[in-house]
Amino acid sequence: MRRKLLPTPLTERVRAVLFNRRVVFGIPFLWLLLFFLLPFALVLKISLTSAVMAIPPYEPVFRWVDNTLSVVVNIGNYLFLLSDSLYIAAYWGSVKTAFLATVVCLLIGYPMAYAMARAPKHWQLVLLLMVMLPSWTSFLIRVYAWMGILGNQGLLNSSLMWLGLIEQPLKMLNTNFAVVLGIVYAYLPFMVLPIYTNLVKLDVRLLEAASDLGCRSLTTFWAITLPLSKAGILAGSMLVFIPAVGEFVIPELLGGPDTLMIGKVLWEEFFNNRDWPVASALAIAMLLLLLVPIVLFHRFQAREMEKHG
Amino acid sequence: MVKSRSFSFSKVMLVLGLLFLYLPMFVLIVYSFNASRLVSVWAGFSTHWYGELFRDEQILSAVWMSLQIAFYSASMAVCLGTLCAFVITRFKKMRGRTLLSSMITAPLVMPEVITGLSLLLLFVQMAQTIGWPVDRGMATIWIAHTTFCSAYVAVVVSARLQEVDRSIEEAAMDLGCTPLKTFFVITLPVIAPALVSGWLLAFTLSLDDLVIASFVSGPGATTLPMVVFSSVRMGVSPKINALATLIIVAVSLIAFIAWYLMRRAERKRLQTPDA
Repeated sequence: MRRKLLPTPLTERVRAVLFNRRVVFGIPFLWLLLFFLLPFALVLKISLTSAVMAIPPYEPVFRWVDNTLSVVVNIGNYLFLLSDSLYIAAYWGSVKTAFLATVVCLLIGYPMAYAMARAPKHWQLVLLLMVMLPSWTSFLIRVYAWMGILGNQGLLNSSLMWLGLIEQPLKMLNTNFAVVLGIVYAYLPFMVLPIYTNLVKLDVRLLEAASDLGCRSLTTFWAITLPLSKAGILAGSMLVFIPAVGEFVIPELLGGPDTLMIGKVLWEEFFNNRDWPVASALAIAMLLLLLVPIVLFHRFQAREMEKHG
Repeated sequence: MVKSRSFSFSKVMLVLGLLFLYLPMFVLIVYSFNASRLVSVWAGFSTHWYGELFRDEQILSAVWMSLQIAFYSASMAVCLGTLCAFVITRFKKMRGRTLLSSMITAPLVMPEVITGLSLLLLFVQMAQTIGWPVDRGMATIWIAHTTFCSAYVAVVVSARLQEVDRSIEEAAMDLGCTPLKTFFVITLPVIAPALVSGWLLAFTLSLDDLVIASFVSGPGATTLPMVVFSSVRMGVSPKINALATLIIVAVSLIAFIAWYLMRRAERKRLQTPDA
């Protein structure tokens, strides 16, 4: 109790401040407000300006000249996006590619997660690590690996030709097929993981009850397992779909000139054309498209993080 | 146990899926020892490309830059992410908590091009208004990486915090511990494994990021993914294969050690009956 009898006022005060709830809340809150929310407001602002040859390359929205505040809002960038078929095509191309990749991921990932959840306990950790390991190595390098496999002189074409199955090399690299394959490859672990976490919690007694009551295994699967793993499927699909829509690296490295995806167009608009306002308008357009999926994902994630263990 | 046809089908899919995940990496490793510059032609075993890799000044300095940024980002992300996890799992009635939890989960799925662009615009605006940052580089990449890595740390740590037995914390406080001391003596040791795995995850995420770093970096700071990307854009290069092999081996080793430690901890837990 000595410590209680002799409290040095300063350390007590420091302690009180350090473990004040408001401080615990305030530090991350301010950080995220400044470095996450505020930037989006800026993107919105700059999407409403026009590009100029200056540093930074856009016109100010608010101007204070001769004691008058003038606000210049330019919706030209959005009209431009709507009028140019390139952007519509990129938008559509992104959604189509991401959707296709998500479906393929689900078709491969669900059975994998199912098998993992049914594996003996001591195997589960090993399998889990094996599925996650690739996602810890470099994303860029995993995409790059497919360049060496799919190329005209790549491993796949040379093997097929050696086997005599094809005469001419198939064009696989720089096609939309390669982009979908790349996305499936890179994002598969993100589909497997939430479905596995969901399936492993599934009450086996439900399945046993169903089979005792004479349910065929496939019926049991459709009637019990699948509906109960809905949350995992949804989370996995969002984890694949949302980043895939904005993907830049995969269409850049594996896609061809006809691969139009919004992430790649945004990058080119920003780095090659240095048109920041149009790039910002593209970002806002992409966000609008992803708003519903992001909200769905957030609701799932919030439930996961808040429930009592 | 329910056994069914779909059970064996899923087993086959698991094996095929794992093969799909690992074969391309295996191919990279094999061809990193190829003497020929061409990918499709096997010209005998050689470690020539590893020598080339270690003589490449640009790659080496980029590796050092990336490791530094990843170290600082992961450390800061663990602090911020843990605070967020605390707020989300413990301060149920706090005002602004919903906004915080939305802001922390959004970076998990936010397309990188959007995050990168928005942060760059922020830094440009800040340079105009408050005169900082003068040059974009390590500091701006650090801020950007910390922000998105915190989200991952918050997920990992909050999962662990949910499992913490609150009654021990309450007992400590009843016995006169201050909340701060309770945190360091009781809570911290319990969530330490989650902090370590969160740190490692943040470290690999930061090391791996190309898109966000490209947006917020300046001429002075080139990270490893930026060097790899500009080289890979030109086509397949055996030197990158050698680099890839080293990365894959390093990550596998760490994962193996982690698995070994986890298995040992699990066995210990099973041996003590009432743990």
